[in-house]
Amino acid sequence: MKILVTVKEVEEVEDDFEIDGNAVAETYLNYDLNEWDDYAVEEAVQLGEEHDDVEVVTVTIGPERSDETIRQALAKGADRAIRVWDDALADLTMPDPVTTAKLLSAVVDEEEPDLVLSGVQSDDTAYGATGVALARLIDYQWAAVVNHLEVEPGAETASVHRELEGGVEELTDVDLPAVFTIQSGINEPRYASLRGIRQAQSKPLDVYEPSDLGLSAEDLTSAFELTSLYEPESETETTLFEGDTEEEADQLAGLLNEKGVVEG
Amino acid sequence: MSDVLAVAEHRQGELRDVSGELVTAGQELTDSTGGALHLAIINGAVEEFADDLSLDGVDTIHTVDHGEEFNHDVYLQTLTQLYDELDPEYVVTPHTVNGMDYAPALAAEVDLPLAPDVIDFTNGDGLTVTREQYGGKVETTIDVAGDGAVVTVRPTEWSRTETAGEATVEAVDAGIDDGAVGSTVTGFEAAAMGDIDISEAEFIVSVGRGIEEEENLDLIEDLADALDATFAASRPIVDNGWVEPGRQVGQSGKVVTPDVYIAIGISGAVQHVAGMKTSDTIVAINTDPDAPIFDIADYGIVDDLFDVVPQLIEQFE
Ligand SMILES: Cc1cc2nc3c(=O)[nH]c(=O)nc-3n(C[C@H](O)[C@H](O)[C@H](O)COP(=O)(O)OP(=O)(O)OC[C@H]3O[C@@H](n4cnc5c(N)ncnc54)[C@H](O)[C@@H]3O)c2cc1C
Ligand SMILES: Nc1ncnc2c1ncn2[C@@H]1O[C@H](COP(=O)(O)O)[C@@H](O)[C@H]1O
Repeated sequence: MKILVTVKEVEEVEDDFEIDGNAVAETYLNYDLNEWDDYAVEEAVQLGEEHDDVEVVTVTIGPERSDETIRQALAKGADRAIRVWDDALADLTMPDPVTTAKLLSAVVDEEEPDLVLSGVQSDDTAYGATGVALARLIDYQWAAVVNHLEVEPGAETASVHRELEGGVEELTDVDLPAVFTIQSGINEPRYASLRGIRQAQSKPLDVYEPSDLGLSAEDLTSAFELTSLYEPESETETTLFEGDTEEEADQLAGLLNEKGVVEG
Repeated sequence: MSDVLAVAEHRQGELRDVSGELVTAGQELTDSTGGALHLAIINGAVEEFADDLSLDGVDTIHTVDHGEEFNHDVYLQTLTQLYDELDPEYVVTPHTVNGMDYAPALAAEVDLPLAPDVIDFTNGDGLTVTREQYGGKVETTIDVAGDGAVVTVRPTEWSRTETAGEATVEAVDAGIDDGAVGSTVTGFEAAAMGDIDISEAEFIVSVGRGIEEEENLDLIEDLADALDATFAASRPIVDNGWVEPGRQVGQSGKVVTPDVYIAIGISGAVQHVAGMKTSDTIVAINTDPDAPIFDIADYGIVDDLFDVVPQLIEQFE
């Protein structure tokens, strides 16, 4: 069984930051493995540990910088990695989710996995859309927001739980091959061991340009044009308690007394 | 003059509130396009739902009766057919867990761009959407190119249309190809929540990822004890297995409405806020002055929880 895991390197913004034009200034950005993809990698690696002949391949659309994030996934147990990038992609400031899904679909065409695991959403842009768009483009079945997955190599269907709102789970049988978008909490992602980190260095990480995958420039235009980026205005007047910590705690204690939730 | 197609949402026999919000969002779009507002109701008690959603601004309701519950293949086939027939400029769907399960597939199928989790839009020369990024720390406006779009709207951002209208109801013969239905819902289950019920609590002390380590949770539990408050948590704390699921506040956990909610080391992601924003008084303790929780907090302390919380405990011991 071959499992393809989509792995995104996401941007994280520091507490205090500045905006430069339509972007957060580069010095305030850090890069990391997307939280939800960490759970997807773990789910795939666990399937590999439970069954023989499971290959776990990761795919990332991203610049060279993301190799570090990709090595994290390899260190946690993925077997090999694919990264797609070229100058034209670097010029796309904001790929829309269907465009990203098109890029990923070209990799699926090459790899023909039995199962694709993606994250429910990206930490940074939070489209919550790429996995399901990908499923349709490659004509696989799918399920979004999966917090429990049962699948056997060679099986025709998988059983999943989809986590709906308000503590309700939908139990669904899904034909394979399929794409599942993995919800946080489905498992306990491991920390990479020192041995894993060492091994990751020698695992294959192949870099393709979109043209290597049969994609043309037309496939790589985004429907999105970012026109502004700003800090949102607060919806409420927030009264800040200021001073040293003792004074802050004092004022908060005063408030709790006033609200009658504590005995004063 | 182009039309708009909105899609209702229901579960286990009940329409979900977001359906009425979609009517409002859809109507805003038809105000600018000058076209008609169509509403699709797929599966469930379609006739009853159609009665409830015959609201001001809705021109035609298209009902499809092909099962009780949501099924993404039935949605996809139906909406593709309606899209081909009606040729709407925009399709508006909810950014809910089920919305996430069909809207991206529909966009891919009919080759429209997808604008997900939108909190506002304007439509003049073309569609411009407003969305959040980086967990709500910034907002963006984005021009969406193309002849139309599938727009998924964030629940509770639009008010619900409540005024009755006079929509024409049409039962659609969607000719569903059951052979192409590749997923089957076999049932529903309540997530294991344990015996704790935080939903009735009047005073909640809630902790998030700012606590860093499981060992540190004692600090917040001690505070909850000292204040005689109910202890709750954000999702990552529950995902880590540090706190039982019954104490999770948010979209996939519990909705709470206490007199006072103290959020400690919680950023205020939309899915968390969905579970606590109607609390009477919201207090946030967070080192990040730009954390979105301060957008809804009535009172705040911008400081390190490891300094503030021990001080607070001392005050009450
Ligand atoms: C479908 C779906 C459903 C979801 N359902 C839920 C749900 O029901 N409930 C829920 O909570 N989330 C839910 N989420 C997850 C949600 O998107 C966020 O990931 C989550 O709420 C973040 O939790 P947090 O605020 O604790 O962590 P973070 O976002 O990591 O925030 C931690 C905060 O702690 C602050 N901090 C750090 N150190 C300190 C310190 N020393 N002192 C003070 N402050 C500090 C930081 O500034 C930051 O603001 C859901 C997500 C999805 C996709
Ligand atoms: N650039 C990318 N490279 C690899 N995977 C991606 C990329 N963008 C999105 N994904 C995958 O799609 C999921 C959902 O992302 P999104 O739709 O952007 O919220 C992520 O959790 C990833 O698994």
